[in-house]
Amino acid sequence: MTKFRVTVFLAFFLALDVYSQTGNTVEMADVLRQDGKIYTVVFGLVVILSGLIIFLIRVDRKIFRMEKNIKNEGKVTVAGTKNEYVN
Amino acid sequence: MKSYRLSWWKILTIVLLFYSVIGGFLLPVPRLPILNETIRMNYFHVPMWFGMLFLFAFSAWSSIMYLRTSSNGQDERASESAKVGVLFGILGLLTGMLWGNATWGAFWTNDPKLNSAAIGLLIYLAYFVLRGSLQDDMQKARIGAVYNILAFAVFVPLIYVLPRMTDSLHPGSGGNPTFRLFDTSHHMKLVIYTSIAAFIMLGWWFTTLLFRLKRISRYYNDKI
Repeated sequence: MTKFRVTVFLAFFLALDVYSQTGNTVEMADVLRQDGKIYTVVFGLVVILSGLIIFLIRVDRKIFRMEKNIKNEGKVTVAGTKNEYVN
Repeated sequence: MKSYRLSWWKILTIVLLFYSVIGGFLLPVPRLPILNETIRMNYFHVPMWFGMLFLFAFSAWSSIMYLRTSSNGQDERASESAKVGVLFGILGLLTGMLWGNATWGAFWTNDPKLNSAAIGLLIYLAYFVLRGSLQDDMQKARIGAVYNILAFAVFVPLIYVLPRMTDSLHPGSGGNPTFRLFDTSHHMKLVIYTSIAAFIMLGWWFTTLLFRLKRISRYYNDKI
């Protein structure tokens, strides 16, 4: 039964493929390759920026945890000032 | 004690950064000879210097506050923000060199603007050398603060005033306009202000991380 389903499924996509090749102007996701492929560079830069920001947030969170540990040691925090600790 | 949440201004920084990068590449810009598409460098080169100036101004302010209050926290603020400021300055120099190579034909010209920017950064590097050479913490903080105020007072005329009074290749010198409200193209205004804000905020984010690390290490040092 499963084999039959897979066959039907594949046949369907094979048919689609044949169908799409009959047209002259085939619509594809060409935007990424237009305008001298500048979009590829933009995408690359977005990937790099995302990586850097994720790293920055992770460092931010790590520091937050360290501050939390210090505060949990029973030390006094100064009222009204954020992240300020007194020995 | 609440759990970790990204503060609103950090989220805003991220949004503005992505807008600057994507918009900086894809939004229309004026078509000018020689400059061509390198005009987009404006969106990334100029914010570096704005970010640097903001951090150096904050650093000088913290040094003044240190001399008034003698609080270690103020000294840490001064040194850490100057560090990030120097980082931004070096990035500004490097992006400027790339841009200069494309439009002037050389990575470095002995231009008043370029030379004074390099000298200005060396003045700030000397600040860290000075701090590193002093053993006593109190002495380090006080002499450092005095030097830092002096450095800022020299730096601003050196980089923003003197080059304007001579002829220079760099825009903004010898009566050559740069970044004037009514001269800047409308399309560029869409990105340049955002980009400047985004990079100033990013620099501030870096700096707050360094403050907090310093404070944590001071806490553990005092405990030992």
